[in-house]
Order: sequence, then C-alpha cells, then structure tokens
Amino acid sequence: MAEATHGLGGLKYDPAKRTRAPEWNVFAALVLIVLIFEILNRMQGGSFLFNMRDNVDGLFNQQRLDIMILQVAIVGIIALGVTQVIIIGGIDLSSGSVVGATAMVVMSFAQTATVNGNPNPKAIFGDWAMDLPVIVPIAIGLACGLFAGLVNGLLVAYTKIPPFIATLGMMVSARGAARWWSNGQPVSFPTETFGTLSNGDLLGTLTFGLLHWPGQNPAVVFVVLAILFHVIMSYTLYGKRSYAIGSNEAAARMSGINVDRHKVLVYAIAGVLAAVAAVLLTSKNLTAQAGMGVMYELDAIAMAVIGGISLAGGRGSILGTVLGAMIFSVIISGFTSIKLDAYYQEMVKGAIIVGAVVLDQWRQRKRARG
Amino acid sequence: MSKIILETRGLTKHYGGVHALEDANFILHEGEHVAVVGDNGAGKSTFVRQVTAVEQRTGGEVIFDGQPVSFSGPLEARQAGIETVFQTLALADDLDVPSNLFLGRELFKFKLGPFSWLDRKTMRDRTMEALKTTAVKIPNVDNPIRNMSGGQRQCVSIARTAAFASKLVIMDEPTAALGVQETAQVENIIRGLKDRGIPMILISHNLRQVFDLVDRIVVFRRGRIVASLRKDETDGNDIVSYITGVKGGSDAAYA
Repeated sequence: MAEATHGLGGLKYDPAKRTRAPEWNVFAALVLIVLIFEILNRMQGGSFLFNMRDNVDGLFNQQRLDIMILQVAIVGIIALGVTQVIIIGGIDLSSGSVVGATAMVVMSFAQTATVNGNPNPKAIFGDWAMDLPVIVPIAIGLACGLFAGLVNGLLVAYTKIPPFIATLGMMVSARGAARWWSNGQPVSFPTETFGTLSNGDLLGTLTFGLLHWPGQNPAVVFVVLAILFHVIMSYTLYGKRSYAIGSNEAAARMSGINVDRHKVLVYAIAGVLAAVAAVLLTSKNLTAQAGMGVMYELDAIAMAVIGGISLAGGRGSILGTVLGAMIFSVIISGFTSIKLDAYYQEMVKGAIIVGAVVLDQWRQRKRARG
Repeated sequence: MSKIILETRGLTKHYGGVHALEDANFILHEGEHVAVVGDNGAGKSTFVRQVTAVEQRTGGEVIFDGQPVSFSGPLEARQAGIETVFQTLALADDLDVPSNLFLGRELFKFKLGPFSWLDRKTMRDRTMEALKTTAVKIPNVDNPIRNMSGGQRQCVSIARTAAFASKLVIMDEPTAALGVQETAQVENIIRGLKDRGIPMILISHNLRQVFDLVDRIVVFRRGRIVASLRKDETDGNDIVSYITGVKGGSDAAYA
C-alpha cells in the first residue's frame, strides 16, 4: 500500500489503488431499485420479481422478466450506437427519426402480395416488390441506416458543425422523409417470414434447439449486439480510438489517429444499429408508421447517461449502457407493477435522468476532492 | 566533432507580418543536449514547431540525420525519429498508461482494419519496461491518467517520448507546471537520455535546470539566434545579458 501522494492543487490521490469501475455503482443502483420495487410490491401483497401464483411453475415471475427485457431491447439496440457516439464526444439526436424513416422503407419491401385472398390494400410498389426474400428488406433497411449515419458522420467530421446541430437536422429531415414516403399512411401486411424476424425463436435457432425463447428475438439480438460491441470497445483499435478521441481529440490527432474518418465510422455504425432496431420493430408490430420511434433517441441517450456514460466523452462502457437500459426497464415495469398511473411514470422518468447525471457529477467531484 | 543529427539553415517563419523566426542556423550533434532559452516570444517554440512540422516553415532548410527533410506533419516527423513533448500535454485523460504510451502506434494480435485486436499484454509489459528504464514510478498503470498528479502525467508524457526515442527528443518546457519533486524526477529522465546517448533539445526558462542538464545553450532573441555557448564557457549572468539584449545586440551570432 503506497502512501497517498499530493499532486497539483493538493488533490489527494492514492496511486496504488485501482479505480473501481463505475459500472459497479450502476449495478448497485439497479439492485437497489429492484429491491425498492420488491418491497413496494410486498406491501401490496404481491411480488416484483418472484412468482406468487400457484398455478404457474418457476421461482421468478417469468412473464414480467420477459416483458422487462423486450420493452427495452429495441431502444437498447439504438442505445448501443448512441453510446459509442457519446464516447467519442458527440451526440446523436437522429436515431428515433431514422428508425421511423427506415421502418417505412423496410416495410415497403417486405409486403406480401395477397391478404386474405385480396391484393394487399397497403401496397406501396407494384407486383415486383411483393413477396421478396426476407433478406431484401433487411439489406435495404440497413443501407438506409448506414446512409443516415454516414451523412451525420460526414457533417460532423468535415463541416465541423456541432454534432447536436448536425443530428438535429437529420432528426427533422428523416422524420419528414418518413411522412413523405407514403403520404403519412401506414405501410402494413408483411410476408410471414418477415414477421418471424421478431416473433420467431431466434435463440432456438442459434443454439440448435437447446434453448428456447420464442417471441423475444429483439432481446436476443440486443444481448448478442451488446456483447459484440462490448468486446469491440474493450479489445480492439476501434474502441481504443473512440475513447482517445472522446478523451482528448487534439491528442488523438497529434498521435496520428485519423479522427475524422473514425467519427464517420462511429456515426455510420450508430445509423446501422438504428436500422436494426427499425427492422425488428416493424417485424414485431407487423406494420410501419411514420410516427415510429418518436422520442427513442432521448430514451437511448437516457439509458446511456443512467449507465454512467459521460456526455463529455471518453468515459463509460457498453456494459454501463446495458445496465442503464435495465434500470430504465425496471423503473417502467416497477411503476406498472405498483399500478402507478402512466402520466406519473413519464414525469418520474425525467426526474430520474436528471438525478442520474447530478449523482454522477457529485460522485466525480467527491472523488476529485478525495 | 561527431556526426550532426539536426541542422537548420536559414530557418524562417513569418505569421503574416510578424517575423517570429528569422534565419535560424542551428546545429545539434549526436548525443548532444542543447538548451534553447530566450524571453517570451523570442521564437523558441516557433523554432521547435518548424522542426517538428507542427507548422510549415516560410523558408530555410532542415537537415535531419544527414538528409534534407520536409515533413508534412508532426506524425511524419515522429516516424522519422523526432519525439516531442509538447507544452500542452498530448495525453488522453481517460485512457490508462499503456494506452497513452502506445496511442497511435498500438500493437496488435491480429490486424483487421479498425477492428484489429489489441495486444494489451505486450503493450503493458513494454510500458513497465519503459517506465523502468526512465525510472518513472507509477504505482498502478491500469488507472486512467485523469486521476494522476500533474507530475505523474508529465512523466507519462515524457516516458512515452523517451521510450520511443530513436534519434532526437525535443522537450518544450517539460517542468513548467511541476513541483520541486516532480521536476527532479523529470530531470532524472533527461539525464537517462543523456546516458543512452540520445540527443535532446530542451526549451526551458529555468537557468538552473539548463546549467544542470545540457552541454550547450542557444539563446533566442526577437526571432533570431543571438548566441550559442558551451556550458563551461559561460554563466548565468552572461546568458541573461544575451536574453535581455545587453550582449549580442543586432549582430546575430551563429549557432
């Protein structure tokens, strides 16, 4: 144990001690919130986490757990991209609108020719676009997301306008495109295969029938992507560069990192992730509407912020965002479980986001003071 | 005399109408440590910025390691073997020590474009080695450097320079913001460079330090080199007279 040294400005710092990963604090908060809801539920004679019914097997309340994961999975996928953008010191306000625009396009290429023996009443294109293989709408959808992300990235990297403005513009324009696409009309009636993208049993396919989790595909995709990007952010050059740029852009530049190109890449990945969310969302709902994904960008940012991602850039992790998403979901489910009105839920949600940031700032100041 | 590692001939830099550097003729021999001193705005940092290609010179020649060079940027200068500690620390606060040492020149287990897999263990081992050779003590290199003291951060910055130094090290006021102890540590690193025979240009305001560390002192005044003096042939008062213009005057001596 080394002695604490006093550096500049008399800051006390114990150099031998490894700084505790901030994810632990987020995890502790998650446990605490679950505990609070468990207690509140017990006071009403129920349980938040555990199965209280005699006619159903299992220790846990499986239904609630499934809903909890499913309801954040789609926004969670967006949050994975937003997290990376925030880590490089940017912000992405466009993801919700990109989901909306992509959803319209995807559904237009996923339509089936006949509905109950009649021609598809919501057909956007002619016969050529009907009953296409499921890969076509997926590929077109991802391309849409990629395009939006590239535009965001190029604007931020090469025009040097603030990311807030660049992505705000994309947010408005993409929403406009979503409404223009079919004059505000919903696009519906996809092929059966397209419907199974979200509602099938992907986990069964991935594990060759060992495990089953039907109807939870968005959650499965969320978990797989979260693990993938956590590994990428922790172990690859991509992650190292992202943190370096968010931490000190000038230093990154001086070290020979092509900062502009990297920014474009990160925004592009965020765009593609928003498109993945759009594909899953349309598949889950079997319809696409121009208003899809409204406020998703803010929910995604909130998940990241609750998960300890610093809006100043350079700090936080994908794991943090996943934990943030879980807190988000527990709070929504928790309020429902204690039968709190939906209006209160939103008000409290806002307060929690602000609270998380205030707490984080306070903790950092405290740490700096020793 | 030994081989010349860096030579500038008539190096000139104008910022619009401001003549920040005028006709600087400078020679650095192999293994030699030279201090660059002068008042604020005398052209010391400008001189360094031309050599390291942070800025492009208005005129003159830079000959490095026997070759006339014209670097397009600091990265190219670094690849050629010129390592620089800048006045503003070029460190990423949220990364740990190995990541900072290897920033921009990471080692990989396998290459796959931006998704190349980092060889964290080797980088960490090499970091520990580098810190050992430079005698820098950082108790836990896995911590982000945000929480470290100014001295430790400066040591990381200098260790990076010293570890990768191949041909020339340039330090722009490395101890300007440091306390007594930390300054001593940085000075030890510089002595280590001297022992390893790595040539260095040190920009400093601290004459005590300059006399402690270097072989030769070059004085800048108003964008010109006004004196180049061997340490044992001069003293503090002499240097100050050159800095303030009591000596040297308008007839610029050549380094």
